[in-house]
Amino acid sequence: MIQLIAFYAFASVVIASAAMVIFSRNPVHSVLWLILAFFNAAGLMVLVGAEFVAMLLVIVYVGAVAVLFLFVVMMLDIDFAELRAGFMKNLPLGILLAIILVCELVLGLGAMRAGSVELGQSISNATPDNVSNIEAMGQLLYTKYIFLFEAAGLILLVAMVGAIVLTNRKRSGVRPQNISDQVKRRPEEATRNAKPEVGKGVSL
Amino acid sequence: MIGIEHYLVVSSILFVMGVLGIFLNRKNVIIILMAIELILLAVNINFVAFSAFLGDLTGQIFAMFVLTVAAGEAAIGLAILVIYFRGRGTIAVDDVNQMKG
Repeated sequence: MIQLIAFYAFASVVIASAAMVIFSRNPVHSVLWLILAFFNAAGLMVLVGAEFVAMLLVIVYVGAVAVLFLFVVMMLDIDFAELRAGFMKNLPLGILLAIILVCELVLGLGAMRAGSVELGQSISNATPDNVSNIEAMGQLLYTKYIFLFEAAGLILLVAMVGAIVLTNRKRSGVRPQNISDQVKRRPEEATRNAKPEVGKGVSL
Repeated sequence: MIGIEHYLVVSSILFVMGVLGIFLNRKNVIIILMAIELILLAVNINFVAFSAFLGDLTGQIFAMFVLTVAAGEAAIGLAILVIYFRGRGTIAVDDVNQMKG
């Protein structure tokens, strides 16, 4: 019973906040609704026993991606009213397409439920009884899927390098520290001995 | 009793929400990127639900990979958005076709 209540609460909040992401006028509010949607999706995943993916969702999405979105939305000075100009024009056709699409998806679900296509049998739990979800995932991830795991790390590395290279720029008018010049400098060319006569001073 | 169908209905509604978001906010790249995140979240819910339903942990592993790709995509997309805004002062994407290589 409590699972039923929890499922419907999480599912309705996910869908409502996804709608608010699309329809809200202020993009900052959109990001905040996106965070709410991710939290509730994590709740949905906890309900079926996927704790690791749920925690990953909270940490990666809410902790990193949503904050990144928030930074960009707040940093760029954008006239959002102008960007919403085509919104009402696209609304009727968009809603129509969305209704058709959701009808098709639910129809496919109904066909699946009727049971003509047998893809797999339902076994009760994904994680073995004596280990936790994280432990089971780790055992699978570091043995069978080790190369895919490494590839995922490579993708993240490439994304990081790409983001840095794209946003890095040389600005004129500033004098940044040039480390290689500093390291290249030797004592011989940096200092000199002078023996000035008394009262004459040193020319620099 | 909650079955696989409930999860699939939630994830398909979420997916359609994402598609609708792309369709409605065609000018605003930030909302488009958020709608793509919603679509990937729907895919993840599907993966996890089937993983629990079929008793196979592989679905959860792949949900993690989808998460990885989504994080990289958001980072690169926002970086492109920032340099586009720097050059142009707006993020309206209907005139991206004027970039000329």
